[in-house]
Amino acid sequence: MSAEKADIIATLQREILRLEGFRPGSHAAGDVSLGPFQEAFPNGTFPVGAVHEFLSASMEQGAATSGFMAGLLAPLMGDKGVALWVSAARRLFPPALQGFGISPHRFIFLDLKKERDVLWAMEEALKCGALAAVVGEVGEMSFTASRRLQLAVEQSRVTGFVLRHAKRNVGTTACVSRWRITPVASEPDAGLPGLGFPQWQVELLRMRNGKTGVWNIRWEDNKFTPVYKTESVHEQQQQVG
Amino acid sequence: MAGRYVSVWFRHLMTDWFSLQEPERRKQPFVLTAPVHGRVMIVAANAVAEARGIHVGMALADARAVEPTLQALPERPGLARKLLHRLAEWCIRFTPVVAVDLPDGLLLDVSGCAHLWGGETPYLQAIVRKLQARQYDVQAAMADTPGRAWGVARFGRAPWVIEPQRHLDTLLTLPPEALRLEADAVARMHKLGLHQVRQFIHLPRPSLRRRFGESFLQRLGQALGHEDEVLAPVQPVEAYQERLPCLEPIVTATGIAIGLEQLLQTLCKRLQQEQKGLRAAVLKGYRVDGKVEQVSIGTHRPSNSPQHLFKLFETSLPTLEPALGIELFILEASKVEEHYDHQEKLWEGHGGLDDLRLSELIDRLSGRLGPEVIHRYMPDEHYWPERSFRRAVSLQEQPTAPWCIGHLRPVQLLAIPERVEVSALTPDHPPMLFRYKGQLHTIVRADGPERIEQEWWLQQGQHRDYYRVEDDAGRRYWLFRLGHYHEKIYQWFIHGFLA
Repeated sequence: MSAEKADIIATLQREILRLEGFRPGSHAAGDVSLGPFQEAFPNGTFPVGAVHEFLSASMEQGAATSGFMAGLLAPLMGDKGVALWVSAARRLFPPALQGFGISPHRFIFLDLKKERDVLWAMEEALKCGALAAVVGEVGEMSFTASRRLQLAVEQSRVTGFVLRHAKRNVGTTACVSRWRITPVASEPDAGLPGLGFPQWQVELLRMRNGKTGVWNIRWEDNKFTPVYKTESVHEQQQQVG
Repeated sequence: MAGRYVSVWFRHLMTDWFSLQEPERRKQPFVLTAPVHGRVMIVAANAVAEARGIHVGMALADARAVEPTLQALPERPGLARKLLHRLAEWCIRFTPVVAVDLPDGLLLDVSGCAHLWGGETPYLQAIVRKLQARQYDVQAAMADTPGRAWGVARFGRAPWVIEPQRHLDTLLTLPPEALRLEADAVARMHKLGLHQVRQFIHLPRPSLRRRFGESFLQRLGQALGHEDEVLAPVQPVEAYQERLPCLEPIVTATGIAIGLEQLLQTLCKRLQQEQKGLRAAVLKGYRVDGKVEQVSIGTHRPSNSPQHLFKLFETSLPTLEPALGIELFILEASKVEEHYDHQEKLWEGHGGLDDLRLSELIDRLSGRLGPEVIHRYMPDEHYWPERSFRRAVSLQEQPTAPWCIGHLRPVQLLAIPERVEVSALTPDHPPMLFRYKGQLHTIVRADGPERIEQEWWLQQGQHRDYYRVEDDAGRRYWLFRLGHYHEKIYQWFIHGFLA
């Protein structure tokens, strides 16, 4: 009986999403498990053909966010896909992308001088269906600008990532989601010295038609792996400290 | 750059050709004849006949008296032109601009060609040897003007390559015939005792004009390089250019757009027929007030699609200032490359680097933002982080070496490493704490050192010992120590941020 109910509810949810104009992703990304935050997405699939926003307040957060984005991009790009990285102050080290399962030569970088050009170039690129994804690094982004990006994306079904280096004043945007990635202490396997796999605290602050949440994950074997056990210990440590 | 020209003189063009038909004639005295005023005159003689005193312009009967075994054949009118044309087309292997120089020569514009044969002398030798191998008796010279090359080839002597600085000396000793003058002018010169160019080259121009006419001065100027001479190449290099004259001067943006569209249609049609695509194009607008306005575009892959090219022009069209009106548009493809249509069909909708839509996007972006902002990287086989990748040459380039994945590299790298204050145990323990931008970081975990040596063949300097460290807040950094501990000159730097 309860299983039946759940089924009905799931069908109704899908129906509502469809009425709201949400199209389930037809991209290959739908087949790829994105780990623990899969259930937060509408219909359980990562929304492609949408603009996602990532907040980063410091260089360290920026590095963690770049890593996390690369992890998301890898299944989107597949074996052949090409992505564009638009930035006015890029620090990304291309060879590092290999560590996240992306061949760096499939990235095209646009290193611009002015931030205004970044948004223009992003919009132009998002209209091009040949790209798998477009990443843009900006500081400020107005609601209008984000709306323009969203409109561009709706035609071409390209996925956009906006990395915002904003310390404060994070206003409303038309982006489909908002993330914040913070690096947390890595946990090497028992008894081993040195650093473990990259580990992050992933906060999904907003998700249209989905759920928000906080996860502790690490990048291991080219996929996101949830970290459960030690999370509480770490949080306790932080609270004490 | 000054031009370079080669003049090739076929000394026995017609008789050589007849000898080719029947090789026996090469060893016998042999002439070609034509009836002139009822007399049979010799119009061409081969080398053997000339050695026995038979020359062009002699009556055949007189020649027979000198040489009873003389063979004679009637000449074929128009043969020289046909032969020279064929030889000129053959000579396109040496330079694209070859002109027929009647009655017995070729003129080649060889500017910028000689280095492909390893210099001017080997180049000239190659031409002469190739033609001699075809059984033609040739003599050739290279000089700065067609006129001088012509004169030296016929009346000069070795060296046949005339250096630009000694052109005047070579000209001085030549007879007046070397200036390509009319026959009566030459006769008059010899009558006046002017047997060498040096005797009259310094005479005042007005008196030369009075005596020998305007065409004499023109020939002299051409030999000296004061006057331009236009060669008529056998296969003209047709520029990829389209013109659109307008009945009424165009002043509106719509009008300009329509004009451009028409030009693109015709140009692209021709490019498509020849399986070519343009890489760079210029649109010029000739205004009523005599000024020329122009906009240019460039593409990443040869393109002959009018829609795409129009889009590229569209962004810069508003900079075209019509003022009182534009009366003539010229669209010129300044750079054209091979382009195959069937490949394009294969690529469409592919979604990879070969996708046509991608290169069109890149064209649009570089049109607006400049080509220097677009980067793509290839792995380079260096361990030194700054040198571990290089710029890709084209959008289609594929890596020849694998990307280095042996060591985890920072996601973000500082363009220039920044100095940090570090406390660390000697001699090579990882750092315990470091201060960066005024903030103290206590290091909890560390990996390293990973030593990367300077590549001494590229750059001198000290090695780097890299550590991957994590501080108490879980933030990860890439630090390195430059130099050895024991030498007391080491320094610590932060180079990147790990994910």
